[in-house]
Amino acid sequence: MGIELPLLAMLVPAAGALLIAAFGRWPNVRELVTVLTSVALLGVVLQMLPTVLADGFWETTWTTEPIVLFEMLPGIPLELKLEPLGMIYALIASSLWILNSLYSVGYMRANHEKNQTRFYVCFALAIASVMGIAFSGNILTLFVFYEALSVSTYPLVAHKGTPEAVRSARVYLGILVGTSIGLLLPALIATYFFTGDLAFAPGGIFQEALTDGRLTGPMLGVLFFMYMFGIGKAALMPMHKWLPAAMVAPTPVSALLHAVAVVKAGVFTVVKVCIYVFGTQSLVSAGQGEWLIYVAGATILIASCIALFQDNLKRRLAYSTVSQLSYITIAASLLSPLGFMAASIHIAAHAFGKITLFFAAGSIYTAAHKTKISELDGIGRKMPWTMGAFAIGSLSMIGVPPTAGFISKWYLLSGAWETGYTFVIVVVLLSTLLNAGYFLPIVWRAFFRAPPSHDGHAPLSPQDDAFGDPADEVTAGHGHGHDDHHGDHGEAPLPIVFALSCTAAGTIVLFFFPDIVLGLAQQIFKGLPLP
Amino acid sequence: MLDIPLDVQANLPVLIVLTPLLGGVIATFTGRGVLPWLWSTLVTGVTFALTIQMMMTLLASGEPFISYELGNWPKWWGIEYRVDLLNAFILLVVAGIGFITTVYARLSVQDEIPDDRHNVFYAVWILAITGLLGITITGDAFNVYVLLEISSLTVYALIAMGKDRDRRALTASLRYLILGSVGASFILLGIGYLMMVTGTLNMEDMHNQLLRMPDLDTNRTILVAFALLVVGLSLKMALYPLHMWLPKAYTYAPSAVSALLAATATKVGVYMAFRFLFGIFGVGFSFYAMPSHFVLLGMASLGIIFSSLTAIRQTNAKSLLAYSSVGQIGYIVAGFSLANPNGVAGSIVHIFNHAVTKGGMFMALGAIAYRVGGTDMKHLRGLGKRMPLTAGALALGGLGLIGFPLTAGFISKWYLVSGALDAGMWQLAVVVLIGSLFALVYVWKIIEALFFGEPTGRTAEATEAPLSMLIPIWVLIGLSIYFGVDTSFTADVATRAASSLLGGLP
Amino acid sequence: MTELLGIYNYWIYIILMMIGFYGVIAKANLIKQAIALGLFQTGIFLFYISMAVVDGGTAPIWTTVGDGAVKALGPYDNPLPHVLILTAIVVSVSVLAVALAIIINIKWSYGTIEYDEIAALERATEREEGDADA
Repeated sequence: MGIELPLLAMLVPAAGALLIAAFGRWPNVRELVTVLTSVALLGVVLQMLPTVLADGFWETTWTTEPIVLFEMLPGIPLELKLEPLGMIYALIASSLWILNSLYSVGYMRANHEKNQTRFYVCFALAIASVMGIAFSGNILTLFVFYEALSVSTYPLVAHKGTPEAVRSARVYLGILVGTSIGLLLPALIATYFFTGDLAFAPGGIFQEALTDGRLTGPMLGVLFFMYMFGIGKAALMPMHKWLPAAMVAPTPVSALLHAVAVVKAGVFTVVKVCIYVFGTQSLVSAGQGEWLIYVAGATILIASCIALFQDNLKRRLAYSTVSQLSYITIAASLLSPLGFMAASIHIAAHAFGKITLFFAAGSIYTAAHKTKISELDGIGRKMPWTMGAFAIGSLSMIGVPPTAGFISKWYLLSGAWETGYTFVIVVVLLSTLLNAGYFLPIVWRAFFRAPPSHDGHAPLSPQDDAFGDPADEVTAGHGHGHDDHHGDHGEAPLPIVFALSCTAAGTIVLFFFPDIVLGLAQQIFKGLPLP
Repeated sequence: MLDIPLDVQANLPVLIVLTPLLGGVIATFTGRGVLPWLWSTLVTGVTFALTIQMMMTLLASGEPFISYELGNWPKWWGIEYRVDLLNAFILLVVAGIGFITTVYARLSVQDEIPDDRHNVFYAVWILAITGLLGITITGDAFNVYVLLEISSLTVYALIAMGKDRDRRALTASLRYLILGSVGASFILLGIGYLMMVTGTLNMEDMHNQLLRMPDLDTNRTILVAFALLVVGLSLKMALYPLHMWLPKAYTYAPSAVSALLAATATKVGVYMAFRFLFGIFGVGFSFYAMPSHFVLLGMASLGIIFSSLTAIRQTNAKSLLAYSSVGQIGYIVAGFSLANPNGVAGSIVHIFNHAVTKGGMFMALGAIAYRVGGTDMKHLRGLGKRMPLTAGALALGGLGLIGFPLTAGFISKWYLVSGALDAGMWQLAVVVLIGSLFALVYVWKIIEALFFGEPTGRTAEATEAPLSMLIPIWVLIGLSIYFGVDTSFTADVATRAASSLLGGLP
Repeated sequence: MTELLGIYNYWIYIILMMIGFYGVIAKANLIKQAIALGLFQTGIFLFYISMAVVDGGTAPIWTTVGDGAVKALGPYDNPLPHVLILTAIVVSVSVLAVALAIIINIKWSYGTIEYDEIAALERATEREEGDADA
C-alpha cells in the first residue's frame, strides 16, 4: 500500500484544484477547501515518512517497481518513486503549504486582490507539480513536472495583470522555460542517447558509457554544464534574473513558491542530478565538476553584494535567495557525503527562514503598505510579532544559533574542510558577513530607530547612507504619503501573524530537533555505493 | 472489424477516393440551407469510416501493403492504388481532420460565405479532400499529378471564397495559383523525365527500374528529374524559401479552410516527398548520392529560424500561426532529411501531431472570428475571460507548438533531436531547440493577449463559442494532449513506417 | 550539331517554357501573367509529345490483317504520353479558368488588374490596420 502514496500526494492537490475551481463562487468554501487540501496533503506525506526512514529502505522499498503513470516515450515511462531526498522536499513543501494557505487567506482578502479563484487553483496545481518533482522516478518525469511547475506558476506571477507584472512574468517564464528547453532538454536527450536509460540510480548512470568509451570525460563535462545551467530554477548566475522579476507576484507566491517550492525544485534537481544521474564517482574521476564550486561561490558573493544595495524589501530578499540557493549548489558540488548532507539540510533550513522573511514583508505591506526598507524606521514597535519573526529569520540566514541556518552552515564548513576547498570556507565566511550586513540593519532600523515624524523628513543619519541606496532620500520622502493614511496601523490580520509566527518558531524548532531531516539526509548515503 | 459487405471490403481503396469524388459532385445540387453541410458531413464521415476500416484491414492482414488495381488493369498498364502503413496513417489523418473540420464548418461558413454559395463551397471543399486522399493512396506517378491538381484547384477556389470578408483573399489565392501551378508543372516535368528513363508510371516499377540502372548516380536525365521534383515538391509543401504563397493564403482564407489546409494540405505535400524521395529514387540515391541531405536540411533549418522570427512580428494571430506552420514544415523536412530511423519517425509523428495541433488552433481562431469578427491581437485581448474554453484550447495548442512535455509536440521534438544526435548533427538539435524558444515567444504573445489584456470593442461583449465549434476544437486539442501522453499508437506506426521507408523490414 | 538540331523540339519546349516563366515573373498585368502561365504549361505538353515519338512511327492503329490476326500497321508512336497530355491539357484549361475567375473578382474588388497598383492598395490597408492596432 505504501508504494501508491506518492501518486496520492500528487492527486490530492490536483483534486483540490478542481474543487477550488468548482467552489470559486463562494470564497469561504473555496478557502476552506484550500486549507483542508493542504492538511490532507501533509497527512499523506507523513504517511510515507516511516517507510523512507526505515532501515533497509534501499534493499526493500527502492527495489520494488516504481508506479508507472503511463508510457510517454517507448521505453521511458512517467514514473513515481519514493526517495529520501524527495521526501525532505515534499515534507517541507507540504507542511509550509498549510501555513501559507492561512497566510494567503489573510493577505489576499486584506489587499482586495482580483481573480482569487485563479490564484488558489494555480497554487494547488503548482503544489501538485512539486509533489511530482519530489517523487519522480526518472529524470524525464522530473523534467515534465518541472515544466508543469513553470507553467502553473506563471499566472501567479502575472497575477496583477498590470503591464509591469506581465513584463516581469515574461522574464520569469522566458528564463525558466528557455533554460530548460534550451539546455536541460537536450542534456536529457543526450543522456538517453549515451546511456539508453533515464532512471535515477544511486551512484549515477554514466559509468557504463564512460567505461566502454561511448562517452568521454570532456563530453561528460559538457553534459554537466548543460544540466547545471539548464536548471534555471536553481538561479545559478547568470540565470538568476527571473527570481527578482518574480517579486511582482503577491507575497504568498513569493513566500512559498519563490522562496520554497520553485527555487527548491531547482536546487533539489541539482542535488538529485549530482547524486543519482552523474554520481559522485563519475564526476570526480572525470574531473569535471569543479568549476561549479567557483560559479556557485561567485553567485553567493555577487548576489549578496547586490542584495546589500536593494531598497525594495522583497528584492533584497530575492537576491538573498539567489545567494542562499548557491549555498546548496556549492554544497552539492563538493561531491562529498558531508556536502550532500549540508545541501539537504539547507534545503529545509533556508525554506523555513526565508518564508518567514517573506511573510513578514507581506505583513508589512498589508498593514502599513510599505515596500521599501528605508521606510521601516521604528516599525518594530507597531508590529512586534512581525518584526520579531523577521529577526529570527534573519538570524537563520546569517547562521546564528539557535536557528536552523546554523546547522547547515556547520555541515557545509565541515564538508569544505574535509575536502580541502579553502575557497568554499572563505566564501562562506565572507557571505556570512554580507548576510549580516544586509539583514541586521533592517532589524536595527525597525526596533531602534524612531518612527518618522509627520512633519518632515525622516531623520537620516550618516550610517544610513552606508547601506542605503542613493534613491533612499527620495523614496523616504515619498513614504510619508503612505504614512498619512497608515500612520496608525498596528499588526497585520491574525492569519498572517499566526502563519509567520509558526514559521519563525519552526526555524528554531528545526535547530533543536533536526532528527527527521538529518535522518532522511543520512538515509540518502546508505544507498550510495561506497567509494 | 466491422461487418460490411464483401464488395465494399474488396474495393475499399478505390471507395476511399470515389465516395468523396461523387459526393462532392452531388453536393453542388444540394441547394441552400443546412442541406449542403449535412451532406458533406455525411460524405466525409463515411470516408473517414472507410479509412478506419482500411487501417484495420491492413493491420489485420499482416501484409506490408495492400495493392488494388483500378478496373482490373494490370498495374503496369493501369493505375495501382497501394496502401501501406504510412499512407494508411496519412489517409486516416486527412480523412479524420476532413470530417472534424466539416462538422466544425457549419456556423463559420454561414458567417463568412454568402448563403447562395454554400452548396458550391461544400462541393469544392469535399473535392479538395478527395484530391488529398487520392494523392496519398495512389501508386501511380501521373495519377499523383492529376489528383494534386484537383486538390490545388479546389483549394485556390476555397481560399478565394474568403473575399467577402477581406478582398486580399483574392490576391492571396491568385498568388498561390501561380506559384502552385509552376510547382505542379515542375512535378509533371519530373515525372515525364522519369517516365522517359523507366518507361513506366507505376511507382514501384519505377523504383525497380531505377535500381537496375548501372549509371543511376550519373544519368543526366535522372538528375534533372530529381532536381525538378525536389523543387516542385518543396513549393507544394511550402519549404522555406518557397513558402511565400502560404502565409497570406492561410491568413485570408475562410476560417474553416485555414484549419483544413493547415492540418492537411502541406502534410500531403510532405507525404509526396516521402513517396518520391524514398519510394521511387530510394534512400541511397536521394540522400547519399545527391546532396539533398544538406540542401534540404539547410533549407529546413533556415525555415525554422526565419519563419519563426517572422511569426513573432505578426499582429494577426492567423498569419502568426501561418508563419509558424512554415517553421513546423521545417521540422518535418529536417526529420526525414536525416534519413535515419529516429529522424524519419519524428517526421512522421510530427505530421500527425502538428496536424491536430494546428488544426485545432486554427479552428479556435475561427471561433474567435465568429464571435469577435477578427483575429488581430486587439480582438484577442482579454478573451480569456469571455471565451475561456476557446482561449484555453488555443493556449494548450500553443504549448504543443512550443513542445512542452505532455503535449504531442514534445514527442516529435524528442524524436527529432534524437535523430539529429544519432546522425551526429548536433547543430540541427540546436536549431530545433532555438525554434522551440522562438515558438515560446510567439505563442506567449497570444497567451498574454488572451489572458492578461483588457477587452475592448466587440471582444468585451463576446460570449463563449457555440458547442458545435467547441466540440471539434477540443477533439483535436484533446488528441494533441492524448498523443503527448500515450504515444503507443503514433510512435509505433511511425517507427514501423520509418523502417520500411528506409528499406528495412517493417 | 546534327545531334543538337535533331532534338530541336526539346529546345523549343525549353524556350516556350522560359518565355512563359519570364512572363509569370516579370509581367505586372494579371491577365498577362495568366497567359504566360498557360504558355509555360504548353511547353510541357510539347515535351511529353516529343518523348512519345518513335523513328518512322505512325499512329498506333491495330487492325485485322489478312490471316485474321490483329496487328499494328507498322512501328507506331507511344500512345501513353498522348493520353497523359490530354489529361494535362484539361488540367491546364481548368487552371486558366480558375485564374481568370479570380482575376475578374480582383477587378471588381480593387478596380484594377495591375499588380503594382493592387500591392499599393494592400499596403494602404495594412497601414490602416497598423494604426488601428496602436
